[in-house]
Amino acid sequence: MNLFCFGLNHRTAPIEMRERFAGHGDTAQRLREAGAAELMLLATCNRVEIYGASENSIASDEIARSMRRHDSSLTPIELEGFYRHSDAECVRHLFRVASGMESMVVGETEILGQAKRAYEKAQACGDTGPLLHRLCQRAFRVAKQVRTRTQITRGSVSVGSVAVDLAEKIFGDLRKRRVLVLGAGEASEKTVRALAGRGVSDLRVSNRSPARAQELAAAVNGIAVPFANWLEQCREIDILISSTAADDYLLDPLLLTPLLSQRRDRPLFLIDIAVPRNIAPAVNDIDGVYLYDIDALQSIADEAVELRRQQFALAEAIIEEHLHDLHRQIESKCEKTAVPRSSRTVPPIAPALGTSQT
Amino acid sequence: MEHQLLIASTLCYFGAFLRTLLHLRERVFHRSRIHFALISLGFLLQTAFLFARGHAIGRCPITNLFEVLIFLAWSIALIYLVVGPAYRLSLMGAFTAPLVFLLEGVALISRLDVPPPGRLPPNTWLELHASVSIIAYGAFALAGVAGVMYLVQERQLKTHVLQSIFYQLPPLPSLFAAMSRLLSLGFVLYTAGMVSGFFTGEPLPALKITLALAVWLLYGAILVSRYFRFVTPRRIAALSVLAFAGALSLLWSIEFVSHRA
Repeated sequence: MNLFCFGLNHRTAPIEMRERFAGHGDTAQRLREAGAAELMLLATCNRVEIYGASENSIASDEIARSMRRHDSSLTPIELEGFYRHSDAECVRHLFRVASGMESMVVGETEILGQAKRAYEKAQACGDTGPLLHRLCQRAFRVAKQVRTRTQITRGSVSVGSVAVDLAEKIFGDLRKRRVLVLGAGEASEKTVRALAGRGVSDLRVSNRSPARAQELAAAVNGIAVPFANWLEQCREIDILISSTAADDYLLDPLLLTPLLSQRRDRPLFLIDIAVPRNIAPAVNDIDGVYLYDIDALQSIADEAVELRRQQFALAEAIIEEHLHDLHRQIESKCEKTAVPRSSRTVPPIAPALGTSQT
Repeated sequence: MEHQLLIASTLCYFGAFLRTLLHLRERVFHRSRIHFALISLGFLLQTAFLFARGHAIGRCPITNLFEVLIFLAWSIALIYLVVGPAYRLSLMGAFTAPLVFLLEGVALISRLDVPPPGRLPPNTWLELHASVSIIAYGAFALAGVAGVMYLVQERQLKTHVLQSIFYQLPPLPSLFAAMSRLLSLGFVLYTAGMVSGFFTGEPLPALKITLALAVWLLYGAILVSRYFRFVTPRRIAALSVLAFAGALSLLWSIEFVSHRA
């Protein structure tokens, strides 16, 4: 039995091509007709991959044609965008994919859920067998270990997500938090949308141009606050996102301190993503106030990227550990079936996954 | 047999302490079930020790400083096991284990275990007074631990240097809430302990009363400051740590005075 993985991803093909070869309802049927015994299609925004097992090797162009959505045409240039891994390499690849090591944002964990759903879908369609079952279960185990034994998923790698993660870290549940967006530019819009995505429901927008404030407020299901009144909001809000084009500081300790007495024990998280900055750095010295400007956020994002890069070796080691374990299982099966050591070549991975009888 | 139970318990806490050190060295902090399991096992062994000792002396085993330290370590572990999971403060174990290990370690190596002359006559009020007071100390200790966790997180947020432990710490409001409740619980228990002290029928040295009252006033002042918001949460956290350090040294003095009296 040959185990293979065939597909394309964000590194090997542009999005237009990934869309063209995203698979369709008849893909599995066509591959079964071509001799595939087991199949799983993993299609995400960054990759389209077929994992399969067959008695005889299926030609790459045949697999590619089966993945094409509207017709079966295929140019040689298109075929160059695909990669193919067999047996142990295929196993290693799935382990890396499930662990987020092949993702555009290294260490992201969404891919594991996507892989699980792809497996469940294939299983529901009756496309999987013992080989893919064991391979996928092992891959999910590897991904979990990589996540828990390394720090490859730790930290956020973009300024927006750092800000949102910090907010979540400071406050815990964000649903009851109040957020004021000062300046309705693109940067603050992205951040406030991310916060809304984490459940923040009390969103307030203030901008010099009331029309733009109302536009953004409507877009995020918030309320517009007149620009003249934004400072008063600091008595109530938990998070302030500032990105106005003001030349001078809009907020300094002298303005903020009198407002804090009514805040009880709640921390105040200030995100200043404006350049030049809108909030005086000295504000960070006030107890219970945490100020992060664009450089501070970027620096945390950079550290996370570097940390994830450093964790790669550890993750690779876990994957190799599992591959060796599979090889040991193969050796053990060979011993039991009395295959002479001299006649053993680099063993295919499939028997160790439980399909030696096929 | 008694001491073997205690040594085994101390080894459990030592194991949890070692894991904390390992995490510090690797700069990788995980929420760990092993910590919880080790502390739970240590607690069970401590309980067995206290039960055996209590059975041997015929009263609550807080008759000398050695037993007081063990009972205090037991109280801290008990409150951690109750409060930790309730407030999802699993990382608190990483901070609690070293403290409990230190208390037990000091008790074991400093030859403080002076056996009582024989089976002592039971004195319910005295036992209630001592045990409730020490459990109050356990609550104060955990409040101090929550204070350390708060200060560590606060410091990292202020300096923008976020280390591995930062990502494992509970949110600031949760820590502050846990700290406030532990301080309140400790204060109520300590007050009950103090009041019961007047019914023991034993002589009450003036210095002992003064020191006990000082601890009571110290925590009372912290709680008043907290509930009337005279000081910020960060300062409450710092005061919780300092107050426990002070209370622990006063506990020593109280014991010393009791034995001299």
